[in-house]
Parts: sequence; C-alpha cells; structure tokens
Amino acid sequence: MSEVRTEEMVLNMGPQHPSTHGVFRVELVTDGEIVTETRPHIGYLHRCFEKHAEHLQYTGIIPFTDRLDYLSGMNQNFGFVLAVEKLLGSEIPERAEYIRVIMAELNRIASHLMMIGHMGTDAGAITPVLYGFRDREYILDLFEEVSGARLLYNYYRVGGVIADLTPGFVEKTRKYLDYLERVLNEFDQLLSENKIFRGRTVGVGVLPPKVAVDYAVTGPNLRACGVNWDLRRDEPYSIYPRFKFDVVVGREGPGVVGDSWNRYWVRVQEIRESAKIVRQALDGLPEGDFIKAPKSIRPPKGSEVYHRTETPRGELGYYVISDGTPTPVRVKVRSPGFVHISAIPAFCTNMMVADLVMAMGTLDFVMGEVDR
Amino acid sequence: MEPKEIHERLSAKFGGKILQSVLEAVDPYVVIETSAIADVCGYLKEDPELACDTLMCLSGVDTKEKLQIVYHIYSMSRRHRVVLKVETTREGEPSVPTVSHVWGTANFHEREAYDMFGFRFEGHPDLRRILCPDDWEGYPLRKDYKYPDFYRDIDNRQVDTRDV
Repeated sequence: MSEVRTEEMVLNMGPQHPSTHGVFRVELVTDGEIVTETRPHIGYLHRCFEKHAEHLQYTGIIPFTDRLDYLSGMNQNFGFVLAVEKLLGSEIPERAEYIRVIMAELNRIASHLMMIGHMGTDAGAITPVLYGFRDREYILDLFEEVSGARLLYNYYRVGGVIADLTPGFVEKTRKYLDYLERVLNEFDQLLSENKIFRGRTVGVGVLPPKVAVDYAVTGPNLRACGVNWDLRRDEPYSIYPRFKFDVVVGREGPGVVGDSWNRYWVRVQEIRESAKIVRQALDGLPEGDFIKAPKSIRPPKGSEVYHRTETPRGELGYYVISDGTPTPVRVKVRSPGFVHISAIPAFCTNMMVADLVMAMGTLDFVMGEVDR
Repeated sequence: MEPKEIHERLSAKFGGKILQSVLEAVDPYVVIETSAIADVCGYLKEDPELACDTLMCLSGVDTKEKLQIVYHIYSMSRRHRVVLKVETTREGEPSVPTVSHVWGTANFHEREAYDMFGFRFEGHPDLRRILCPDDWEGYPLRKDYKYPDFYRDIDNRQVDTRDV
C-alpha cells in the first residue's frame, strides 16, 4: 500500500465568519485539523478616524470615538475627553466626575455581558447570548434615558457631561444592580460550572504572561494571565482612587492561568467589581453642576499628551497633539483590540480550529476599534 | 524613575545620539538620532533599572516640516514612562530601524506607520500595508495627501452639491 500523502492546507477564516465578531480574516495554515500558523488580516472596517479627527474640532471628535468600540462608547468618550482636559489643565465639577465613573462602569458591565454571552455562542450554546442581551438591555435603557442614545452616546464633554442624570436614575440603577447580582449566579450555573463549557475552554489558548507583556496585551486579557495590573488602580485617573474594588487576576483552579476559561472568568468577576464601584459612586454622588465648559477648547501650541484609560477591552490610549487651534494636529488611537490581534500568531498555534475560535473569542476585540 | 534621571542616563550612555531632551511638557520626551533608535530601545528594555518592558504606542506624526515617529514606552515593574521621538525628512519613504525585535507589539504598530506615513522600517519581518488595501496608493495621514478620484473604478470625486 502506498503511503498516505499529507500536505499543509491554507484555510481562510473570515472576513465573514460568525466567530470573528466582525469583519476580520485569519489565514490558517493547517495540518489536518491542527492549526500550525495564523496570519491575521485586518482593515476591513477602516474608516479613517484619525484623518477625520484632523479636520474636526475637539468636541466634534467625541461622537466619532463612540464608533471606535461601539460596545463601550462611554469608555471611549471618557478616554478622549480626559486627554483633552489634561492638555487644557481644566478642572471638572465633582458631580460630573461621579456621573462619568457611573456611566463608564455601567458600560463595562454591559460590554462584559455581551462578551460572556458570545462566549456561549462560540462554544455552541445559544442561550447565554440571549441572557446577555436581556441583561444589557436594562443598562441601554438607562443610557437612553440620560443621553438619548442606546449605543453611540456622545455623552461626555470636555469639562463634564452633556446632561444631568434624569430623576429616578439613581433608584433605577440601584434596583438593576440588585437584579444583576442574582442573574450573575445564573451565568455561573449556565457557563462557569458547565462541564461542556469548561471542556471547551480550560487549557485552551494559553497566553503566557511573558508573551502578553511583550505584545502589550492589557486589560482583562492580561489579568487572566496572572499579571496584577489595572490602570484604574495603577495609573489612576478621574476619581477612581476614591473607590474600593479588587483587581481580579486569573487563577489556577478549574482553568490554567492565561487560558480561555480564565479570560472568561475574569470578566464575570469584573462585572461584580464594577457593580461595587457603581454602588459606591451612587452613594457618594454630590449635588452641583454637571459641566463646567471651558470658554474655548484650544490647548496650548505644541502641547501633546498620551493618555490611557482602562476600557472593558484593555488600555485605550489617545495621543493628541495640538497646535493652538481648535483642531488637533494629530489624534492617534492606541486601541486594545489592535494590539490583541497582533498577539494571535504568538500563542494561537498547535490547536484545533474549533479551539482557535474560543481562544480568539475570549480576546474580545471589537473590529470597530481595531480598524478605526 | 523621574524623566530627568532617565534622560540623563540616556545622554550618558549614548552621548551625541541624543539630540534634544525636553522636560517642560505634559509628557517629557527625548529626540533620538534616527539610526540609534533600535539601540536605545534595546538598552531601555534590557537595563535592569530602566526595565521598560512594554511599548504602549508607536505613532507616526506629520509636522508639515518633517515626519516623526513617537514611541511611548512604559515600565510596568518600575512604573515610569519614557517618550522617544525620531525625526526624518518628508521625501519618499524615509528609512528607520525597526524595534519589532525589541517588543513584539511593535510589529503591527510599525506596519500601521508604514501604511499611513510611508516609513520604511529596516529589518521589519513583514512590512506590508495593514489597514488600507495592498494596492492603495499614497500615505493617507501625510498632510499633503491627495484623495484619489478613483479606486478600482469606484468614482470618488467630490461633488459640490451647490453646483447640482
């Protein structure tokens, strides 16, 4: 009998593939069902944000930042206004600071709920995503109430926020957080303790901490590798030092540090931590102005800043250069997703194609911010 | 470590390769001679007291007079940041040594800088366009960039609606 002839096969995954969460293509070199090499291709959603920004005034750029990562628009707004405020050296009212943190953390919860839900779909379970959508809906309703929009909020302004909280917002949010605590246990039963889900994620796509730091992986993905790092605590901005919360780090337990299960689990726990922050912020919410708008937004000539914040996906950096006019010379976005995708070839090798779906899905990138 | 101390260390080690040190800024920065950037980055990473283990961001900038690349570097263990700048001419595709062997994350960032500004990163393992299609012409983020009228027969000419 003649020998069985084998050869490598190049397989295209995407750009239209349900597991790529957007338009993203990965070229896979496969040996049978084992992926030996991955080559990510991005750019399908490139909308020239940085070029647009050079033609717009600072306030005009804010709605564009929503569209970077459309699952956490509040956090994208937050980073940009903080960068501009740092250039201007402006102070913002206490109440605005609290409102900003409440919105950013609620948005983090919403974003993580989506991610957890989609983890289920990636593993072949449809139910969790419906639960995720259901619970996110309440947050979107709250956002709609204050900002008028459900996804693209355009809510933050240089100097504060555009509108005050609506009457009853605080009570509704408290009620939601109580509800959330109950449903998170549901997620634990559906996924965290699910034998099949664990079988699909434990030990899959292990990202070693050294590789993670080399590739500047940040946010929950870095923490899942056991690196205790959170910008809200380690390079504090806004009023985060006032709040007590734990930084959740990946652990040996059902999973291995740095694997898909830990990336999932860290996010579930982070929802709980964000809820803690929101509760504290609601308790401390002072009366007063919600905006103190500067007379004109013209940062000094030649000033520049790289300001980074912790979004649900990791470190979002805005590098803003001013020439003293109302329009910036350059706005560069360092998006976490872009960086995480660059790390895929470094650790997604020698795994099954189906496992690659889990490993990439848990990185939780949104193509809007990757391609900008 | 304070920016001043870092800048002094760099000057002591690299001497004339450090062209300028600016401390009076929101983010203090150092301007480095283009040819020395890979060595400086390697030193920043390897030196146990500087220990700059991550590259936060690498950005191209067009100042109209020249092109710049700005490196935002951070040390997670020592908690300090370093900002480096290199400057090149605007003509053609200026050549800059790559730092992708120092930090893995520089690979994609440099591809983006090449795509948007046209820097040739010498020694980069895979210098291709990343956000624009492979057959795109010109470097979109340069200030003198002309918007193409056509791309693959797609008419992209600006229509002034006041004339219609």
